[in-house]
Amino acid sequence: MIALPLFGFFALLTVGSALIVSFSRSIVYSGFALLGTFFGAAGFYLFLSSDFVAVTQVLIYVGGVLVLILFAIMLTNKIEDATTSNPSLNRIAGAVLTFVLFLFLVGILSGTDWVVQDEEKFASMVTPIGNALLSSYLLPFEVISIALLAALLGAVVLVRREVR
Amino acid sequence: MPTINHYLMVTALVFCLGLYNVVTRKSAVGLLIGVELILNAAAVNFVAFAHFNGNDVAGSIFAIFIIVLAAAEAVVALAIVVAIFQQYHDIDTTKATLLKG
Repeated sequence: MIALPLFGFFALLTVGSALIVSFSRSIVYSGFALLGTFFGAAGFYLFLSSDFVAVTQVLIYVGGVLVLILFAIMLTNKIEDATTSNPSLNRIAGAVLTFVLFLFLVGILSGTDWVVQDEEKFASMVTPIGNALLSSYLLPFEVISIALLAALLGAVVLVRREVR
Repeated sequence: MPTINHYLMVTALVFCLGLYNVVTRKSAVGLLIGVELILNAAAVNFVAFAHFNGNDVAGSIFAIFIIVLAAAEAVVALAIVVAIFQQYHDIDTTKATLLKG
């Protein structure tokens, strides 16, 4: 069975990159380590037989959001002090809080008996997603297009210089 | 094959690391990176639950909505960060205190 080692590889990629993102002292390293987390999540989507979401993840997150974040880092941070460009505060309190939350989540996850009906389907999800988006989920689909338009205009209005 | 608990453990870990990022970072872009980690973990959880529930299509739909809304959120938030940088020449969240009484 190759599935479990492959899953372990994606899990290591995701968690390892997330560790670098959270604990790196340089924001440039944090931004680039985000790449591994996004690709690991795309691998998870493939494992979960949602090929369309995996491609969307790579296109939008890696191609869009990550490039945007790197642009923002380059535009705003003083890159020359790259070793301490991502300072943290309240490290110990934050670590304790999130560790307690993690233990809490693990306790819930391992204590719950999930109802699983796994049918091992790996058919393409593109046609069902298209049908669902234009039938049951038509209103959210249209609302989200308006939200995207508003975000686009809002970003332009926020960063432009005043023209008088 | 990995069971649902494998996915939930990994996403719980990524969620907690993102939360740690949000709680501790001083840089505004660092905070945003943490929010992206949290949203990613949530989207993977949606798809995992739907997959182990008879490969339901709703999980994929919600993951797509989460991805799109995360992109919109990143655009607006980074625009705000750039505007703050133009005002203060710094993106330290402890220094943007104009609205503080």
